[in-house]
Amino acid sequence: MNSSAPTTATDLAVSARGLVKSFGDFRAVDGIDLEIHRGEVYGVLGPNGAGKTTTLSMLATLLPIDGGSAAIFSVDVAKSPHQVRQLVGVTGQYASVDENLTATENLYLFGRLLGLTGRAAKRTAADLLERFGLSEAASRQIKDFSGGMRRRLDLAASLIARPPLIFLDEPTTGLDPRTRGQMWDTIRELVAQGSTILLTTQYLDEADQLADRIAVIDRGRKVAEGTSDQLKASVGTSTLHVRLADKSHTAMAAQLVTGVLGEEPVLTPEAGGLNIALPDANRAADVLIALRQASLDIATAAVRQPTLDEVFLALTGHHSEDSQDETEEVA
Amino acid sequence: MATQTLLPETSATDVARGLSARPGTRETLNQVLAMAWRALKKMRRNPEQFFDVTLQPLLFTAMFAYIFGGAISGDVKHYLPIVITGILAQSALTACMATGTQMREDMEKGVFDRFKSLPIARIAPLAGPALADLLRYGIAATLTILVGVAMGYRPDPVGAVGGWLLTIVAGWSLAWIFTWLGTVARSAQAVQGIGMMIMFPLTFLSPAFVPQSTMPGWLQHFVAVNPVTLVIKALRDLMNDGHFTANVAWALLGCLVVVAIFAPLAVRSYSRKM
Repeated sequence: MNSSAPTTATDLAVSARGLVKSFGDFRAVDGIDLEIHRGEVYGVLGPNGAGKTTTLSMLATLLPIDGGSAAIFSVDVAKSPHQVRQLVGVTGQYASVDENLTATENLYLFGRLLGLTGRAAKRTAADLLERFGLSEAASRQIKDFSGGMRRRLDLAASLIARPPLIFLDEPTTGLDPRTRGQMWDTIRELVAQGSTILLTTQYLDEADQLADRIAVIDRGRKVAEGTSDQLKASVGTSTLHVRLADKSHTAMAAQLVTGVLGEEPVLTPEAGGLNIALPDANRAADVLIALRQASLDIATAAVRQPTLDEVFLALTGHHSEDSQDETEEVA
Repeated sequence: MATQTLLPETSATDVARGLSARPGTRETLNQVLAMAWRALKKMRRNPEQFFDVTLQPLLFTAMFAYIFGGAISGDVKHYLPIVITGILAQSALTACMATGTQMREDMEKGVFDRFKSLPIARIAPLAGPALADLLRYGIAATLTILVGVAMGYRPDPVGAVGGWLLTIVAGWSLAWIFTWLGTVARSAQAVQGIGMMIMFPLTFLSPAFVPQSTMPGWLQHFVAVNPVTLVIKALRDLMNDGHFTANVAWALLGCLVVVAIFAPLAVRSYSRKM
């Protein structure tokens, strides 16, 4: 897909224009455009309630589209839902497998529903369980499965029909770090086989690890799009967190930092804290020296990779957790 | 469904080529059978689903026969032809109410998200469980008739088979009303509540347990148009007299009308809501 040929609409696995979804007065998705190329892993990054799942549900024909239009491999989602369902495998935020059935029975059922013969469905089920490391749990009921096993089975179920496009809705939310790593490996294998993947996540590092391009979604709108490097560059490569010994000096310190870096830090005045985006991690020393020279004592200081929250602060001017805030006035 | 090949040279329009526009009849049938298979597996793992269709026929038949038998028909034996057919109709109605309640409960589970995302006929997730529930109606009808026979009820043998079949057909048909309710109601409790409100007036304001002539005149008008009355009269003609009468034909036609109205309604509200 990285050919020099100009990108035309027919090369797109997903193309959406001005998608809108309202629940009453609330606009969960408020005019989102997406263009996802074939073979690409596209990450949709945003906090809870940003509209990620709603966007995915509309593209997967699970929710009617209230405004705008969307096409999957040039097939219109609203007009031809049955065709779109043949092109997309959906793995839900909450594992969508049947609690009452065993792992094998689940995959057998979905295989049968997708038109496989009984024998083919059994073979596919066994193959997928093997591939996802679930063979030993094959005849166990899903209610006895751990969270990680459920997600893996859920992903396996999405692959029965070998769909060319796979939606992964927060595939690792709620998983422990080890299981999350396993899930990432599984997803990387899919990518290696050439699947196009649309992934939503709350974690910057997850998007960073897996996605070729990332869209940042906030309050139903796309606020930024780019590679993970481009996004990070927009917030600085890392952040210096400083907490002052004397809170009342916060404003003075902010002024000083602005003088050193040419950019205003984000303040948490209640705690005497400054979050300073660094264009280069080495500049942390400059800031600390300037504070020392001005005799502004610090209680703690730490340099960190930007978090989702900081990406948000940089891009939207408010914290990802807050729905209503006045940070704009401070920033 | 078509299998896609993932050659990088093919364009996106090629990927989308050869997709079927809608599920065919045979595919739909296979999907309904697969969903019925799932429902049967579920029943086997949750045997409490059989409580209503086993306990109710056993208890109610014995209880009602011994309590009302003497008062209404002089003795239990003469009451049996009335009460057995009445309880058959009642069991069908209760069992199909459970179909709707369980459907609603099921729809809230994550797996229904997957069913919705699959390229399958929208009727399959609804018709599958309904098909599997034939087993429950069958159990209820069999037990009711057997308890009756044990207590001394002697139906026409061929008619009894006909009555057994009619009970199952009526249960399956009426279940579409409750399935539709399941797709529009907010919760399983709501389906149950509404179901009770429908079931009690329909079964008791009918000749299920007492002769219609003993009721006040104004009530008899309602009883006359009550669809359950239709089923009960058909059951009595079949089982007690061994005749396939106009009542039976009307009951079957009534079932057909119910399915023709409520099955499309249920599918429409299911696919719209989800």
